[in-house]
Amino acid sequence: MQMSDFYSGLRDSVGDRPLLVVLGVCVLILLLDLVRQLSSGALPARNLAIFLKNGIVLGLIVGLAGVGLSMIYSILGFANFAHGDYLTTGAFAGWMTSYMIAGFGAFGLGDLFLIGIAGDATTVGVGAGVATTPIAILAGLLVAIVFTVFLSVAIDRLIYSRLRDEEGITLVFTSLGVALVLRYLIAFVWGQNSTGLTSTAEPKFSVSSIGLQINAHEITVAVCSLLLMFAVHYLLQYTKLGIAMRAMADNRDLASVTGIPTDRIVRSTWVIGGGLTGAAGYLMTLESGTLAFNTGWTLLLLIFAAVILGGIGSIYGAIFGGLLIGVASTVSLVWLPSGFTQAAAFALMIVVLIVRPNGLFGGVTTA
Amino acid sequence: MSYTDRLRDWLLTDDAALMLGVMTGLYALFTVFGTVLGLNFAGIVSTLQQITFFAAVYALLALALNLQWGYAGLLNIGVAGFMAVAVYTMAMLTAPVNAPAGGVPGLGLPIWVGILGGMTVAAVAGGVVALPALRLKADYFAIVTLAFAEIIRITYNSQLFQTFSVAGFEMGTGASRGIPAPTNPVLSLYYTDPSNYSAGTTAFGSMVFGAFGAIGLDEALVVDITYTLILIGFLVLYYVLLSRIANSPFGRVLKAIRNDELVARSLGKNTRWFKIKTFMLGCALMGFAGILWQGSQSLITPTQFTPMLTFYIFIALIIGGAGSNTGSVIGGALFAGLLFQGPVFVSRIVETVFSLGTAPNTFPDAVAGLAALRVEPLLAYTLSNLASLRFVIVGLVLIYLMLKQPTGILGHRKEIAASIDITERVSRENSVTPHKAR
Repeated sequence: MQMSDFYSGLRDSVGDRPLLVVLGVCVLILLLDLVRQLSSGALPARNLAIFLKNGIVLGLIVGLAGVGLSMIYSILGFANFAHGDYLTTGAFAGWMTSYMIAGFGAFGLGDLFLIGIAGDATTVGVGAGVATTPIAILAGLLVAIVFTVFLSVAIDRLIYSRLRDEEGITLVFTSLGVALVLRYLIAFVWGQNSTGLTSTAEPKFSVSSIGLQINAHEITVAVCSLLLMFAVHYLLQYTKLGIAMRAMADNRDLASVTGIPTDRIVRSTWVIGGGLTGAAGYLMTLESGTLAFNTGWTLLLLIFAAVILGGIGSIYGAIFGGLLIGVASTVSLVWLPSGFTQAAAFALMIVVLIVRPNGLFGGVTTA
Repeated sequence: MSYTDRLRDWLLTDDAALMLGVMTGLYALFTVFGTVLGLNFAGIVSTLQQITFFAAVYALLALALNLQWGYAGLLNIGVAGFMAVAVYTMAMLTAPVNAPAGGVPGLGLPIWVGILGGMTVAAVAGGVVALPALRLKADYFAIVTLAFAEIIRITYNSQLFQTFSVAGFEMGTGASRGIPAPTNPVLSLYYTDPSNYSAGTTAFGSMVFGAFGAIGLDEALVVDITYTLILIGFLVLYYVLLSRIANSPFGRVLKAIRNDELVARSLGKNTRWFKIKTFMLGCALMGFAGILWQGSQSLITPTQFTPMLTFYIFIALIIGGAGSNTGSVIGGALFAGLLFQGPVFVSRIVETVFSLGTAPNTFPDAVAGLAALRVEPLLAYTLSNLASLRFVIVGLVLIYLMLKQPTGILGHRKEIAASIDITERVSRENSVTPHKAR
């Protein structure tokens, strides 16, 4: 009796979601194949560990940047296409500071300003890094955060604030204009070539049992991202500002009627979202060691994928989505050639959306 | 009503006159630019030909996008991907079976099969994306189309498919090195052997070349002009087709969906199916426009289909005004003429009129000149980095439009969903002064 109940229940749920079942079978096949490859030695455990480590570091950065995008979406109701270029701007501001501190006296200010793109202040010559020049890196991170905060608040004041009552699509195209202006102003000043940033002589820590190496930059990135994420979590759940922000995301008019100063909340959202984006930009380039005028733009699609995968408007969704996107893109290397990492992440997003049209955390609209 | 008023009214209300006016304005502007630059007659004609080419391809794409976005409200930001599918399919179908060394083998089919195949595959790709994605919210739908376009581009860029064989047929995408486009059919109109010009011209070719050679236009330019004229022919076809669709019962349902989907559904219209059909048709039209544009280059590479291409088409459509076919054409022309080619010519003029000397290599060097109260280094640097600054201008124009005129030049026009314009009759009855009722 109980068994037949179980089977009819199973049949019902299968009948409801045929897509989900197909998907489940696919995931199961991939997992079994992963186990097979691991046990047969076709895939060394060390490689899988490297994929996972790279995926988690990338995922933390994408998640951190996604939190800002998601917050703006839930408060202002539009997808900010300039988000990636805020990230680039923050990274440029931060690295300029780092180079000016790390190479002070040894190189001319004009050379340091160019962050090794041209001139004498080369990557090797300045030798910036967490271990070699910790103060320069810390100052760079702080300047990246502060500068991006100022930039996002200023752009909101100048442009977005005039469009508060417009539809989301108008704001989306406005943000596309902002994105073009920021990106190509950077290209105008620093050129369109990418530059190396950090010295390669960073201390590495190895996990001897599987021979995995983690360098100091990756640890810095992971620690900083986690700290910032916890800070946002605390802010939203336990402070008055956070509660007001969640109220506004839920229902703007109701929040306004209750006496929440919506304009100030919007500004605070830009401050927090911008700060996180600047930090993500600096940390990302610290880990990858390269920077170009379109660094943020190329990352933007991954950030969007993460945010939408998690359910836009949810910051926990953004963090979880970021990790999922990061890990999926690197672990895809087990089966796919290296050109397809981004494609795998996008495919994952499309598949998740087909099964859950509102994203993984889509049911949660608040924070 | 004075004569000038009537002229202005005619220009603003008659669509053909408006489009003609915009193109005449652009031609006049660039003729002046060319004259200031000291170009000869052939140089000016060549400039105008290029402007027309870009205006036409952007207008074609904006028209196709307008069908999806302006009429059905489907936000497709993966236009570049659907173009890529069509262009690559065309190139892979028509590439020679026995490729020369370093080339890419294909199926060696005639070009019209390639074009039809490309359009079909683009439509099918549109259907595959739209079918599941239409359940999603508008924002999510948009991102899915963008993600799809990127997956397409990454796939064409991959070494994996540089050459492969299906059922014994060798074919390939050429990966990042690209795939050569088939020979432009226009060439066979003029040359007996399009791959070897020195083999001689056809009877028609020698006649036309002779006539144009007499006024100083060389053979390559005549071929380009012919191709541009063909583009204009297709543009007229697109315009007529899309205007017909917009005014057909099918188009009225689309407008009803855009205004209020719930109402359209309540009236028994299967809105989902209408949307999918529109999306597929739009993708096929984008595909053909892509073939006309990128397929006419000698080499097709994945870098021609980055997401920015999609956004340029959107900007063209926004300038003209979404929802208006005439606006799409005007937007395409203005975007291609003023925003894309305009800055290049202005900078060339500044360079010839003022002698600025060699540009400094870096921005700090350029600014260092300011300390010595010399503006020339900065100006020279600005001109030599115009490629970047041009996009800043595009961005500023987009922001300005969104702030001041979010509906574009012609977007304020109301297109009536019903087959009879009731509002006009009401306004005629209410109006006291006769000339306001028009």
